[in-house]
Amino acid sequence: MSHDNSSPKFLQHHFHDVEQQYETAKLGMWAFILTEVLTFGGLFVAYVVYRSWYPEMFVGANLLLDVNKGLLNTIVLITSSLTMVLAVWAIQKKNQKLSLFMLIATFLFAFMFLGIKYLEYSHKFEVGQLPGEYYSYMGPEIAHLNNPHIFFSIYFIMTGLHGLHVAIGMGLIAWLIYATAKGNLNSEYYTPMEMIGIFWHLVDLIWIYLFPLFYLI
Amino acid sequence: MAENQKQNYLTHPKGIMSWLLTLDHKRIGLMYLFGGIAFFFLGGVLALGMRLELAAPGNDFVSNDTYNNMYTLHGAIMIFLFIIPAIPGALGNILLPLMLGAKDVAFPRLNLASFYIYTVGALFVMYTIISGGVDTGWTFYTPYSTTSTSNVIPMTMGIFVIGFSSILTGLNFIATIHKMRIPGLTWYKLPLFVWALYGTSLVQITATPVIAITMVLLILERLLGIGIFDPALGGDPVLYQHFFWFYSHPAVYIMILPAFGIISEIIPVHSRKKVWGYKFIAFSTLSIAFIGFLVWGHHMFTSGQSVFSQIVFSFITYFVGIPTGVKIFSWMLTMYKGQVSFTPPMLYALSFLFLFTIGGLTGIFLGAVALDIHLHDTYFVVAHFHYVMQGGTIIAFLGGLHHWWPKSMGTMYNQTVANICCLGVFLGFNGTFFPQFLLGLRGMPRRYATYDQQYAELHNYSSFWSGILGLSIFISIMNLLWSLRKNNKLDPGTNPWGGMTLEWTHTTSPPHPHNFEEEPVLEHGPYDYDKVIVEPTFKK
Amino acid sequence: MDRLTEYLFPKQVSTFAADIDNLFYFIFYSSIVLFAIVVLGMMYLAIKYRFKKGDEVRLTSSKDHSNILEALFFIVPLILVSITFVWGIKSYLQMIIVPDDAIEIKVTGQSWFWTFDYPDGGTTLNELVVPSNTPIKIVLSSKDVLHSFFIPVMRTKMDCLPNRYNVMWFDAQEEGVYDILCTEYCGTGHSQMGAKVIVMKPAQYEAYVAELGSDDENIPLDELGAKLYTKKACNTCHTLDGSALVGPSYLQTSQMWGQERVFDDGSSTVIDDNYIRSSILEPQTQIVAGYQGVMPTYQGLLNDRELDALIAFLKSLQEDSQI
Repeated sequence: MSHDNSSPKFLQHHFHDVEQQYETAKLGMWAFILTEVLTFGGLFVAYVVYRSWYPEMFVGANLLLDVNKGLLNTIVLITSSLTMVLAVWAIQKKNQKLSLFMLIATFLFAFMFLGIKYLEYSHKFEVGQLPGEYYSYMGPEIAHLNNPHIFFSIYFIMTGLHGLHVAIGMGLIAWLIYATAKGNLNSEYYTPMEMIGIFWHLVDLIWIYLFPLFYLI
Repeated sequence: MAENQKQNYLTHPKGIMSWLLTLDHKRIGLMYLFGGIAFFFLGGVLALGMRLELAAPGNDFVSNDTYNNMYTLHGAIMIFLFIIPAIPGALGNILLPLMLGAKDVAFPRLNLASFYIYTVGALFVMYTIISGGVDTGWTFYTPYSTTSTSNVIPMTMGIFVIGFSSILTGLNFIATIHKMRIPGLTWYKLPLFVWALYGTSLVQITATPVIAITMVLLILERLLGIGIFDPALGGDPVLYQHFFWFYSHPAVYIMILPAFGIISEIIPVHSRKKVWGYKFIAFSTLSIAFIGFLVWGHHMFTSGQSVFSQIVFSFITYFVGIPTGVKIFSWMLTMYKGQVSFTPPMLYALSFLFLFTIGGLTGIFLGAVALDIHLHDTYFVVAHFHYVMQGGTIIAFLGGLHHWWPKSMGTMYNQTVANICCLGVFLGFNGTFFPQFLLGLRGMPRRYATYDQQYAELHNYSSFWSGILGLSIFISIMNLLWSLRKNNKLDPGTNPWGGMTLEWTHTTSPPHPHNFEEEPVLEHGPYDYDKVIVEPTFKK
Repeated sequence: MDRLTEYLFPKQVSTFAADIDNLFYFIFYSSIVLFAIVVLGMMYLAIKYRFKKGDEVRLTSSKDHSNILEALFFIVPLILVSITFVWGIKSYLQMIIVPDDAIEIKVTGQSWFWTFDYPDGGTTLNELVVPSNTPIKIVLSSKDVLHSFFIPVMRTKMDCLPNRYNVMWFDAQEEGVYDILCTEYCGTGHSQMGAKVIVMKPAQYEAYVAELGSDDENIPLDELGAKLYTKKACNTCHTLDGSALVGPSYLQTSQMWGQERVFDDGSSTVIDDNYIRSSILEPQTQIVAGYQGVMPTYQGLLNDRELDALIAFLKSLQEDSQI
C-alpha cells in the first residue's frame, strides 16, 4: 500500500486528506461524548434531587446493594479500559496480533461485567427490590423508610442505561475484532478503534461515578 | 464542459433508489424539506380546525376531547416535525457545505441516518394520530400525562426518536463547520447563516439529550410507575417541568437562531450592502445560545418555585433580550446606503423585522414577574410565541425558501404572486394573532375549547384572519411548486439576487452533484458589496 | 388612560391591580417607542435607498458599524429592562407577602371543580365568598392533576399541585361577582372549570358563612336538588337538556328511569334510587358505556338529605319534560 495521501482506499471522497478525515472523526466523537454526558447528567440531577428529599431512605436503601459485586465490576471495567488502550497502542505499533488479543480481552471483560450485573439483577428480582409499582420487598432493615421504590427506580434506570451502553460497546468491539482480524484496520488506519476506545472510556467513567453513588454513600 | 454543465444533483444519478439511499447532503436536505412542508400542512390544517371551533364560544364544531387532541397535535407536529428540523435539516443541509466550499457534510452516512430516524419518529407520531390521538398538550405535564388514557407513549416515543435525529444533525454540522472549510475561509469570513447553524447545533447536542431522558422517564412512569414524577408515588410533578423546560427553552433557540441566520443572509444580498455589525451578530448568536440555557424557570413563574428563583430567572431572561435587540438594529441599519430591491425574500425579511420585534417586545412583558403572573397561560402567551415562532421562524423560513429556491431547484417562481402572498401572510398573521394579545390581557386562558361570551368578538376576528393566513401560505407554497413545471429551467449560471457567498458565485443552479466542479478559491468575503460588483443575472 | 384600561384589562379589584397595570403601561409605552424606531427606521431606509428602475448596480458604502449607535442600542434597552425588572420584582413581592391579619381560605382543585373551605367550617363549591377590604389568604392544592387558580380582576394566579401547598392572597376593594378560571390544562373539562368569586360587605360575609350548610333544611327536596346541581358543580359535566358533555345528561338518565343501563364492562343495571346514590358516591365502580370514568367521588361532600335532594331533582326532570 502506498503512502500517497490522495487515494488510500479508506479516504472518503469528500475529504482532502487522511488527516482531515481523522480530525473530523475525532471532533464528531467528542461532540457525541458531550451529548452522552448530558444524557446521564439529567439522571444524575434526578438522583441528587431525590437524595436531598429522602436522605435517610437513600442511605438505608443502598445497604441492600451488594458492595462486593459492585467493587468487582468496577475492577473488571477499569481493566477492560486498560486492555482497550493497549489494543490501540498495539495497532499503532503495527502489532496486529497483540491488538486483536487485547480487543478480545476487552470483549470478555465487558461480558463478565454484564454477567455480574445479571447476578445482581436476578437477586433483586427474586426478593422484589424492583422499580416503582413493582417494588414489593419489605425487609426489616427498610421497613421504616419512605418510598424505597424511588431509590430502586433510579438505580435500575441508571445502571440499566449504563448496561445498555456496555452491550452496545460489546457490539462495537465485536465489529473491531472482525475488522482487525480481516486486516481492514491497521497501523495506517485505525480511527474506528480509537473512536470506539473513547466511547469505551466514557462507559467506564460513568460507572466510576455510579459505583460510589449507589453502593458506597 | 457542455456535458458537465447539464449535470446537476437533481437529475444525476437517476432512479428512486438513488434518492432513498443518497449520501448527497442536497438531496437529503430536499427530502427534509418536503417532509417538513407536509407536516407544516398537517399542523396548519389542525390550526384552522381549532380556529373554526373557537370562532364562536360554545362547542359548535368539535367536542372538548377532539379540541384537546387537535391543539396537542398541532403543537407537537409544528414544533418537533416542522420547525426544529425544517431550517437546519432542509436549508441547513442544502446550504452548509456549499457555503463552506465543501463537497459534503462531515459524515454523509450519519446525515442520511438522521433523516431516517426523523422518519421513524414521524411514523410514531402518525401512529398516535391514527390510533386515537393524544390530549396532554405538547408539554406533557405530569401527572396529567401519566394518568391520561390517551396515547401518550407512542407520542413521547416519537419525540424521543426525533431527538436523536436532531442530535446527530447538530453533531454533523459542528464537525462540518470546524473541519470542512476550504483554505482561507476563516471564522470571520463565514456567512452569518453558518454562524447561526453553529450556535443551533451546539444547543442541539447539549439540550436534546435532556429531553430524551425526560421522555424515557415519562414513559417508564406510565409503564412501571417508577415514582419520579408521580406525586402519588412520592415523586414531584414540578421536577418534570424543570426537566422539560431545561430542554424546551433552549429549543426555542434551536428554532429561532437559524431564522436569524437566514435574515442575516437575505438583507445584505437584497440591499447589496455589507452587513452591519458582522462580529456582533456572530457573537450574539453564541451568547444567546449560551444564556438560553439559564432561563428555563421563566416558564414556571406560577408553579410556586422559591422567590429567589423567580428573581434570578427574571433577571437572566432580560439578558437574552438585549443581544437580540441589537441584532434587530443591525439588520435595519444594513440597508443604510445600500440598493434595496423589494423582492419576495426581502419582503419576507422586512415582515420578519416587524413581527419579530413585536414578538421580542412582548417577551419583556412576560419577563416581569408581577405582570407575568396575570398573563401566564393566557392568550397573551399564545400570541407572544406565535409572533416569535411563526412571525419569526416560519416567515424567515419562507423568506429563505424564496431566496434559495432558484439555487436549489434551478427554477424561478412568479415573483408578483410571491409578493402578494407575502403581503397576505403578513396581514393574515397580524389579524390572527394581534387580537390574541388583547384576549390574554382580559384573562382568556389558553387551551380552552369553549369560552365566555365576553371574548367572542376578538376570537371571531382572529378566526376570520386565520383563513387568510392559511390561504396565503398555501398559495405561496403552490407558487413555488408550480415553478417546477416543464421547460421552466433557468440558465445554470444564474445568480438572480447577486449573492456573494460561495453557493452563488462558484457553482451552478442547481449545483453539481459534487457541489463544485473544482474546489473553489475564496476571492472575497461574504458581504463585500463595497469591494466587488456581482451583477444579478437572471436568464432562462 | 382609564378608558384604555377599561378596554384592555378586566376591572381592577385587588389592591395591587393598579400597580401591575401601571407596570404594563410603562413597558407598553417604552415598547411603542422602540417599535416605532425599528419600523419607521426600516421603512425610511428601505424606501430611501431603494433600487430604482434604471439604476446601475454599483459598489455600496462600506460603513458597517458606528460605536455611538451601538452603545446607544445597548444602553437604552438596558436601562429600560432594568427598570422593568426592578418594578416587576417590587410588585411581585407585594403580591406574595401575605398580611398577618388575612382570612385563610383553603382552595382545592379537582377535575373539574373548585372546593372552598372557610376558616370556621363551612364549604362551598365553585363559589368563593369573600369580604371586601379584607386581606384573603388562599392556600391552594389539588386532588388529582395540576390546576391553576386565576382571578383576572385580582391580577393573580397560582398553580395547584397535588403534593404541596401554594399560597396567594388578595384584598378586594369592590363588591361584585367575578370570574375564576382554571389556567393549567387539566383534561376534558378544563374549559368548563370556572367558578365565581363573590365579594360582599364584611357583615354580609359573616352572615353568609354562619349560615353555610344550615339554610337547606326548610326547602322541598327537588328545589334543593336544583340548587345543589349548580352549587356542587354537577353542571360542569352533566347537562339538563339531553346533550352529552363529559358525563350523561341528567335528562337522559331521568327519562330512562326504571330501564336497564349498560356499562362499559358489558354489565347492566336498572336505574333506580340506589343506582343514582352509588353513582354519586362510588362513580368509578360502574361506568356508563361510551363515557370515561373521570368523575370524582362525592363521599363527604354531600350529606344524606342532599343526596336525596339530587335524586328527587333528577327524577323531577322527566316529569317536567313530559308536560
